[in-house]
Amino acid sequence: MANKSILVVGGGISGITAALEAAEAGCEVYIAEKNPYLGGRVTQINQYFPKLCPPNCGLEINFQRIRNNPRINFFTLAEVENISGQEGNFDVTLKINPRYVNDNCTGCGKCVEACPVEVDNPFNYGMNKIKAIHLPHDFAFPMKYVIKADACKEAGCAGKCAEVCEYKAIEPDMQSKTMNLNVGAIVWATGWNPYDANKLSYYGFGRFKNVVTNVMLERMAAMNGPTGGKIVRPSDGKEIKSIAFVQCAGSRDENHLKACSSVCCLASLKHATYVREQYPDAEISIYYIDIRARGKYEDFFTKVQEEANVTLIKGKAGEIEEDQTNGQLVVIAEDQEAKQVTRKSYDLVVLATGMAPSTATAAIPADMAYDEDGFVVPGAGTAGIVVAGCVKNPLDVASAVRDATAAALKAIQSTVRGQ
Amino acid sequence: MEKKIAVYICTGCGIGDALDIDALSKVAKSEFKVPICKTDGQLCGPEGVALIKQDIESEGVNTVVIAGCSARVNFDVFKFGPDNIVERINLREQVIWCHTADDEDTQMLAEDYMRMGLVKQKNMYVPEPYQVESFSRNILVVGGGLTGLTAAVESAKAGYSTILVEKDAELGGYVGKMYKQVPMKPPYTDLEENCIPNLVKAAEDAGVKIYKSATVENTAGAPGMFDVTIKQGDSTVQERVGAIVLATGAKPYEADKLGHLGFGKFPNVITQSMFEEMATAGKLEASKVAFIQCAGSRDQEHLPYCSAACCIESIKQALYVKEKNAEANVYVYYKDIRSNGQYEHFYMKAQQEGVVFVKGDVTEITEEDGKLTIEADDKTMGTTSLADEFDYVVLANGMVPTAALGDLVEEEPAADEAAAASDEPKASTPPVIKANLLNLAYRQGPELPALKYGFPDSHYICFPYETRRTGIYAAGVVRAPMDMLSAVEDGAGAAMKAVQCVEATEMGQAVHPRSGDMSFPEFNMNRCTQCKRCTEECPFGAINEDEKGNPLPNPSRCRRCGTCMGACPERIISFKNYSVPMVGNMVKTIEMPEEDEEKPRILIFACENDAIPALDMAGINRLQYNAWVRIIPLRCLGSLNLVWINDAMGGGFDGVLLMGCKHGDDYQCHFMKGSELAEIRLSKISETLDRLGLESERVRATTVNIMDYDKIPAMLDEFAADLEELGPNPMKDFA
Repeated sequence: MANKSILVVGGGISGITAALEAAEAGCEVYIAEKNPYLGGRVTQINQYFPKLCPPNCGLEINFQRIRNNPRINFFTLAEVENISGQEGNFDVTLKINPRYVNDNCTGCGKCVEACPVEVDNPFNYGMNKIKAIHLPHDFAFPMKYVIKADACKEAGCAGKCAEVCEYKAIEPDMQSKTMNLNVGAIVWATGWNPYDANKLSYYGFGRFKNVVTNVMLERMAAMNGPTGGKIVRPSDGKEIKSIAFVQCAGSRDENHLKACSSVCCLASLKHATYVREQYPDAEISIYYIDIRARGKYEDFFTKVQEEANVTLIKGKAGEIEEDQTNGQLVVIAEDQEAKQVTRKSYDLVVLATGMAPSTATAAIPADMAYDEDGFVVPGAGTAGIVVAGCVKNPLDVASAVRDATAAALKAIQSTVRGQ
Repeated sequence: MEKKIAVYICTGCGIGDALDIDALSKVAKSEFKVPICKTDGQLCGPEGVALIKQDIESEGVNTVVIAGCSARVNFDVFKFGPDNIVERINLREQVIWCHTADDEDTQMLAEDYMRMGLVKQKNMYVPEPYQVESFSRNILVVGGGLTGLTAAVESAKAGYSTILVEKDAELGGYVGKMYKQVPMKPPYTDLEENCIPNLVKAAEDAGVKIYKSATVENTAGAPGMFDVTIKQGDSTVQERVGAIVLATGAKPYEADKLGHLGFGKFPNVITQSMFEEMATAGKLEASKVAFIQCAGSRDQEHLPYCSAACCIESIKQALYVKEKNAEANVYVYYKDIRSNGQYEHFYMKAQQEGVVFVKGDVTEITEEDGKLTIEADDKTMGTTSLADEFDYVVLANGMVPTAALGDLVEEEPAADEAAAASDEPKASTPPVIKANLLNLAYRQGPELPALKYGFPDSHYICFPYETRRTGIYAAGVVRAPMDMLSAVEDGAGAAMKAVQCVEATEMGQAVHPRSGDMSFPEFNMNRCTQCKRCTEECPFGAINEDEKGNPLPNPSRCRRCGTCMGACPERIISFKNYSVPMVGNMVKTIEMPEEDEEKPRILIFACENDAIPALDMAGINRLQYNAWVRIIPLRCLGSLNLVWINDAMGGGFDGVLLMGCKHGDDYQCHFMKGSELAEIRLSKISETLDRLGLESERVRATTVNIMDYDKIPAMLDEFAADLEELGPNPMKDFA
């Protein structure tokens, strides 16, 4: 008799969707998420294209669905260590990393006031600081605090937070633990990482303060981001008069990601709307190879061109230089339509870095096949392990949700078919 | 079952310091005579939970009222089984975290919330799930092309009896006629054999019941009990099914409209599908071929959208030419090559094979001696380019969903004179096009409502299978323009939703977004006046009508938003745990200070999906606002019944504010038009206010999205300031 339960690895939009769709059809589902909260990358997005609506709105519905569904169990700070067995009967070992805060935590926040240690805020890609004990972000689900314990140790803090916690919720000695699950199928939905912009040395990321990536801009535009939603130059906090978006920064590139990352064109068009809203007169340029606004997204492309007054330059940016006196950046590109190499100066440059599948750096601990960029080859490898979302293809949110819904059915099939 | 109520007040997280807990307990014990009222320093801790559990077990408590944190947290801790009612009173996020501690007004707020919570539980009952009679678990798939076959095979493989209806004599649809197909797997560079024969075999092997040369003549019923009449030749068959996948595909855009590109003028200017036929028939002989992208698509004169599949389909067809004749010259004229994702590899492959890609608009096509010449405005050369000697020019002519083909359903003339005479504002509803695909026996028209460009798509990014006709899921190119790889996923995705709808319906539960909800609207028909508002306003077409205009509800189509309840002027519609009297009594239980106390009261009806979380966020961020507000969450603002506003204004409230989701083109209401309907209803209340001698500015609607929490304090304080200017509600002292 096959086990009817399903483990979903990854609690981002794809994983949550796959889990809910299966659970609402009657399956027992577990979610294992490595972050201390569910929601994944979309929690860090300010608005979705093309509606320019907040991702937290849809996440809230999904979290309600999780709250109300007795068939879903989720684990945060969890990683899969080992998979054995076969379709219909997998034994999975999960490692649960310590949160250093136990279930007694009420979310009251007293600990934060007492904490003397500051750390880079990973939610905002290190663009601001938070306390070593913190709520990962405003909408964190579950609403439980977490401690970056290395920082406490380094600062020699013995636990000021524990002293003020009335609920004995803080456990500085908490250890990681392992647990075993027996499931009929596994959905692997560990998503993507922004392609490492440090590998694009010719664009000066990491060297030039005013070169940022698209995911960083997303946080800069967010009301609850490091700048309170104001898009400014990181070097001096100044307002922006000109901004360039460099498309395919590390995508469609023989030396980096060979695939197109699918979403960056639309993301940059969306970013143009963020900038235009804050700066009615700013010059906005997008350097591109093709604008890939497929299907009905074409309407968004049309709208942004009409309303945001964006200059589109066909040509891949070759190099970025910095004027050290004022932090201005010069984008050197071959404008294919003007048939010339242009050198234009901007206050801020945004690299539209693409999607590297998480499996490029953390493979699935089972027999699976990968393509040259590290995306999982669907249908190859261990039967009963179904891949969903951006580990398979670079996808926008609606497509990832579609894909995850399909993956849920395939996982159910495994529980029906497996031995 | 008699209710045995117990109230538990948590004093943790600063609640005990900020409020007078004894006074709060007194509200429960003395005013409401609640037999058990306990306090605990940390109710969510093991001891607190044990305290509640013990009372359930030994005292027979079955209605647990917890005054502490928001229901958005500790949901898993305070779960006591389906037979017990749990009501949460939010003293933390919406009282002590956003109002002054140890303050008279804050205390009054907390005490009112205690009263409201107690009244609410008094008016609610444990829902009993709705059971469908002669329930069917079968899945019907309409359309036997790539998407439909996939949906049928995938649902059959998951263990569901599946029925497939295809209008043609053969299965396979558009893809079935292809010579070869685009790559569907890594390395995404090679042409693949047509997958349809294998898919047809898989459908047969999986036991899919197939009707060919058949159409759906009529679809009646509801999830779990759809009765579908299938017409095959001269005979008809009835099938009862639980859920439906609509996968009727798309048609190529009419090439006759592309005369400017030489179609119809020159025989060798052909469409993608004609080229495909030629290749399949083995008649492809050419030494020079051009493909013209966006022939009709991305064109405001024709199809404003991008048809999504044409770029990679043209790359594929370009490779057909190269496969046959490696020396052949192949040009692709394009605006942008949209080989998204891993199809980039396919684009690279075509470039390696020598296919020439020209970015530019084709300005003219001419013919001489059967050979075609293309004049284009070459964007990358910066010149007008002229290329001649083409054997064929292939137009990538895009796609039009089958759901868009047909006449619009005319709105029926208003039945009663009052409605006919009035020019009342109406909520925007998408049109229904008589496309002859499902022929639904629904009050709101025979097909899925057509969204932009006629695609019966979802409006939501997060929920692509949200459907306005519960249990019917569109998939593939009928839903949205997409390539084959996406269509295969979409077929499986829609099959998942169909399967899930069957399972949820069997359990008597709602599907998305109120998944799992077992409550459903019940109609007290004795008092119905046949005004038809409920049938017209239901966003999901859940309510039919008999010939006299009486509503005929279909609970398994219902999404439990309560729009019908809000619409009903006779207030005959209620849910077991959500009703007009329930909310009305919550309004009435709020203590109304005398006018000379100078303590205004503002009632807020807030959407529980977005505005309520935003209000919680304001609390979590310790943003402060006035303590005159009393907030009532609604399932959706669409469920707002105007009598509540009468209750409030007649009862002395100084103002009422609705907090709902954005409406309009990019609406964010999870029930499509709830907030819009609420505003329309509000526009009708000025008459009532006039009668009471009240200014209409006292009742307002505003849109709040979940990220607007930083704006909430100003929003509430400005409203309070405006009301202060208007002066107190003169009804106050009569209340």
